[in-house]
Formats: sequence, structure tokens, C-alpha cells
Amino acid sequence: MNKVMSNNQDKTSQDPIQHREHADRLSNLANTKPAEINREIGLNLFKDMTLGRRFEDKCAEMYYRGKMFGFVHLYNGQEAISTGVIGAMKRKHDWFCSTYRDHVHALSAGVPAKEVMSELFGKETGCSKGRGGSMHLFSKEHHLLGGYAFIGEGIPVALGAAFTSKYRREALKENSDSVTAAFFGDGTCNIGQFYECLNMAQLWKLPIIFVVENNKWAIGMAHDRATSETEIWRKASAFGMSGEEVDGMDVLAVRGAAQRAIERARAGEGPTLIECLTYRFRGHSLADPDELRSEKEKEFWAKRDPLKKLKNDLTNSGLVTDEELKNIEKEIDLEVNDAVEFALNAPEPDPSELTKYIWAEN
Amino acid sequence: MKGTLLFNALREAIDEEMYRDPLVCVMGEDVGQYGGSYKVTKDLYEKYGEFRVLDTPIAENSFTGMAVGAAMTGLRPIVEGMNMGFLLLAFNQISNNMGMLRYTSGGNFTIPTVVRGPGGVGRQLGAEHSQRLEAYFHAVPGIKIVACSTPTNAKGLMKAAIRDNNPVLFFEHVLLYNLTEELPKGDYVCALDQADLVKQGSDITILTYSRMRHHCLKAVELLEGKGIEVELIDLISLKPFDMETISKSIRKTHRVIIVEECMKTGGIAAELMSLITENCFDDLDSPPVRLSSQDIPTPYNGNLENLTIIQPHQIVDAAEKIINNGGVD
Ligand SMILES: Cc1ncc(C[n+]2csc(CCOP(=O)(O)OP(=O)(O)O)c2C)c(N)n1
Ligand SMILES: [Mg+2]
Repeated sequence: MNKVMSNNQDKTSQDPIQHREHADRLSNLANTKPAEINREIGLNLFKDMTLGRRFEDKCAEMYYRGKMFGFVHLYNGQEAISTGVIGAMKRKHDWFCSTYRDHVHALSAGVPAKEVMSELFGKETGCSKGRGGSMHLFSKEHHLLGGYAFIGEGIPVALGAAFTSKYRREALKENSDSVTAAFFGDGTCNIGQFYECLNMAQLWKLPIIFVVENNKWAIGMAHDRATSETEIWRKASAFGMSGEEVDGMDVLAVRGAAQRAIERARAGEGPTLIECLTYRFRGHSLADPDELRSEKEKEFWAKRDPLKKLKNDLTNSGLVTDEELKNIEKEIDLEVNDAVEFALNAPEPDPSELTKYIWAEN
Repeated sequence: MKGTLLFNALREAIDEEMYRDPLVCVMGEDVGQYGGSYKVTKDLYEKYGEFRVLDTPIAENSFTGMAVGAAMTGLRPIVEGMNMGFLLLAFNQISNNMGMLRYTSGGNFTIPTVVRGPGGVGRQLGAEHSQRLEAYFHAVPGIKIVACSTPTNAKGLMKAAIRDNNPVLFFEHVLLYNLTEELPKGDYVCALDQADLVKQGSDITILTYSRMRHHCLKAVELLEGKGIEVELIDLISLKPFDMETISKSIRKTHRVIIVEECMKTGGIAAELMSLITENCFDDLDSPPVRLSSQDIPTPYNGNLENLTIIQPHQIVDAAEKIINNGGVD
């Protein structure tokens, strides 16, 4: 028994075969046509991803300095997915739905860094007025349907937004072509709402994109220890839905897949399930000692850092210079520092407003 | 026969509101082509089409969550629980999303939804189909809870619930769908937060809701024969309670019985009695009494089922005891 256990452990975190498996999947992707971009788009993608990365690094710093509390889940390593999908959609027109790992989705959707940072500090200027916190970022203005702290509960909400889009078109005869993107993890694909919503989305051909961020781990549960069919994108076919697997460390690949899905959704052809193979560079949350994932595994994925990849793609193609990218990084650092400064100085919620926002009337 | 059946009163309310506002829609199991398990949405599918009256798969958690997302993006969905008990599967979405989301979003979003359906103890439906979820949902913040009890209030409350910008849990009772009553003419609504003073009296206040209103009415008649004048109040709003009406009555009668169909532990009366103790203690001449269902799964056997829920004679006994002895036992 002991032997089996330790073998098993080896398999999940040490065994090089696992890396080959990752590598295998990444080098044999079914449909890998990346997005074509120009200089302007390239720069925007780089800005968005850099903001995501630097913002999260700053969060870790602030958390350890005691400026933010609770469970804080960072997005480092997965930036290509938020930027690749949301960057291909129309801000303030399409809808976005996230999980507890939501800071970077909010930023990509256009919620100002100041509003996100001050929400994490629990301030009145936060996008959820300091009532939500890290796992509950919302912005109606930026069509962010929210961060949801419970596994899977955001998926039906996203489905509802897609239903509204369809309803406006079919029942109200309005010009309505908004698409909803629902982001969630590999572990979440084992909960009921995932399957229930795939069924309904395809049944009614709703304009929704299910974006699975398969980072191989659900806290300490390795994907292959929890899941019988590990290739999540294949589950789409059980519902007659389009599915695609994509290198989640390559923003152009993600953007390409997202564009295909968006086009289908806008044309009324229904949903798509996109599985993005990715990895988180930090522990599950800032409270996680991260003891189960092997160094070898981390090294494998560190080499595939999505920001380095985009940098190389942009400079190798001659679209931008190294110098330009360095300048962007400096600008972003200033923006993030400003956000911190703003959040530090922002007012706390007024205690007399403790019970505000319970009812629609106030 | 003149008058409108309760399920048709509900149907009229939904029909009128769907006609008035194209953003109002219905979703749930068998609400469309089948017309609803108790026919509350009969013919609406034909009238409004498949998107406004949406037949969903059997996936309570997800279609309730879908209603939340639809409400956040502009629609005003009415979710039918084929039986309210099935909404145990939607507890997460009702609590975390309907109830809390406006708050956690710092006021970004409102959730104008109605969740409605049949509840309560029917005729030998067995434990799972005889649940009174109003008690289970009572602690969820941010939702209103109402229970209708007559065709007139069913229609008026349903219209008000649909027009309300907050999530409303709307309890119907399986045994009341066939009540008949002549409805007021024209467009009317009933306030969601107001108790109904069913009958005035000066000796004792009885507070109740849903089907127990009718058991209480029988008891009131019997008590009247014994010279006891009951003030009967139908709570209508189970959350928040209409404490104004309730306190006013207790100031008058100084005695109170709460009659409920939910179980005693953690029931509606448990909370109401606490509030009465907090607010009306000095007005009371005797301890408040609650008559509740037994704390057991509802048995299938008809005799046992009757023993599980409160019967009119028990209400009569309790009222007499309080008035004659100042307390029960
Ligand atoms: C209903 C529910 N059960 C358990 C949890 C605790 N929990 C939080 S995150 C998580 C793992 C989720 O993994 P995955 O879906 O892969 O997303 P990731 O964190 O990797 O982004 C669990 C079990 C929860 N938040 N909600
Ligand atoms: Mg994961």
C-alpha cells in the first residue's frame, strides 16, 4: 500500500512521463492556428499581460505587508488566457465571468487597476465598494459579472448573460450580438453545473465561450487524480459542441481560438469549449505552502512563461523593439504603484452604510 | 361557478405582467409546452414563445443561476420550482447569488427575480415532496419571502413580486391551488411587506400563513361559538415580518399564538416569537405559543401525516387554554 501511495505521488509530481504528456499535448494540438496581429494589437496584448503580471506581483507584496487579507489567488502564469480571450472580445459590450482568481480578468475587462487594488484593500473606492474583496470583483460598467468564490457557481450566471443576449435577439427582435466568456479551472470541470450548462448552452445555441484554464492543479489535487477523461475539451463532443484545446501559454494561440469561438457565437452558431493548457506560477493562494508540485514541473512551465513568449514573438517578427517593451513595463509599474498609492489613501467604507446594498432601493 | 381558481389567479398575474413588460420571462421544468406541473403557466408558451416561457432541463442549480445572470443583464425572470423542495438543489444560487450578490458587488447589480412554486404538506406526497423550505431559506440575507393563501392575494402578490427589483421567494401551497374566489376587477397589486388582517377580534391574536390560514379560520369559527373573539392575521410576508401590524394586534389582545406548517425547530415561528419577545414583551399577558409541525420527515400514511401537522381543534384547545389558564399546560 505504501509503495502504491508513493508511486502515485511520484506520478503526480515527479515523474518525467507527466511532463512528456504535457509536452505531447502541447506539440500535438488539434487546431493551433494562432491569431494574426499587427503592431498595435501586439503592443496592447503585451500591455495587458504585463499589467496582469505586475499587478499580481504587487498584490503578493501588499499581502505580505498586511495591506490585504483573506484568500488571495494570483494569476501569474495564466495571463495569456485572460488577455487572449478578453482582448479578442468587445469591452463594455461582451460579458465576462470569473472565479475567485479574478483580478486579471477584471483588469483585462477594463476595470481600472485603482479600483481593483482598492477593492483588495477593502476600500470604498473598490469596484465592489470594499464589500466584495479579492474573490468578489464586480463591475457593471465593464460588464464584469463577477468573481465567484464557490466552484462552478459562476458558470450558470454566465449562461444567464448569454441567455439575455439570445432573448434580446429572438424574443425582443433587438440587434443583439454580445457574447459571454466564462472562465474557470480544471477542478471545476468535475462539478455538476459545468455539465448542466454545457447541455443548456448547446441546446439553445447560446453565445457563450467556456474557457477552461487547465493549470493541472485544483489546490493540491492533481488533475489526473480527480478526472477520468483528462482532456477536457473532448467533453464538448458529448454535447455536440465545438471544442478546442490550445496552448494556454501562447497568447496568440489563445486569441486565435477565442476569435473562432466569438465568430461562431456572434453568428448564432452557439457555444464553444476552449481548454487552455496552462500553469500557475505561484501557490493556489497566498496562504498555500505549495508543497506538492515538483520543482521539475515548475521548471518545465517556467520555460514557457507566456510573457517571455510574446516578447520573443513580437521582437523576432520585428513588430516592436526590446526598448519599446521595456518602456511599457516601466509605464505599467508606474500604473500599479499609482494604484497602490490610491488604494492606501482611499477612504474606508462609512460604518453608517454597513447595511447599504442589501436591497435594490439603496 | 363564478370566481377564479388560485392557480389561474397566479397565471393571470404572470400573463398580465409578461404582456406589460417584455423583459419578464418564465423558466423552469415543464413550464412551457406542458403548462407547469400545477398549470400556473398554461398556454403562456403558445402566447409568448419558447424563449419567454423556457422549458429547461432538470438542472435546478444551473437554471436558477442562469436566472441570476439573466437578471443581472436586464431580464426579469420568474423561476418555477416544479416543487419548491427541488430548490434544495439550487440552494447555493439562491443564497450566494440571489441573496448576496447585490451586496458583495457593492451595488453594481440588482437581481429582479421571482422564484415560485408549490410547497407545503399535500395529501400523502411523502417526506421529500412535503417540505417547507421557507424555514430553510429564512436566514438568507437579501431575499424577500412571501406566501400566498387566497386567489386574491395570490394574484396581487405575484404581480408585486414580479415588479419588485429584489429577489422574491414566492411560496404557493399544493392544497390551495383549487381555491376559488371572485377577484377584484382590473389591475391591482398587494404589498409584499404587509400582513393581512383577516379578522378583527379582541381576545387573542393568531398569526399564521399559507394553508394554515384556512385551518385557523375553522378554529376561529369554533372559538367564536365559545365566545372567544380572535384577531386573525395572515403574515403574507415571512421576511421581513410586518412587525407593525403584529405589534399593534398584540397591544390590543395581549395574547398570541403562531400557527405554522413548518417544523418547530428553526421554523418561521421560532424567529417570529423571538421578535415578539423582543418587541412586545410588556404587552403580553401570557407567554406566546407556537403550534408547529412535528420535527420529523412527513410520513406517507394519511393518519400519521395528519398527526404531523397542526389541526384546527389543536388551535381551539390552545386558545382556550391560554385564555382560561394564561398558558398552555
Ligand atoms: C463549492 C466549492 N467547493 C470547494 C471550494 C474550495 N476550493 C477553492 S479553489 C478549489 C480548487 C479549484 O481548482 P480549479 O478549478 O482547477 O481552479 P484553479 O484554482 O486551479 O484556478 C477548491 C477545491 C470552493 N471554493 N467551492
Ligand atoms: Mg486548476
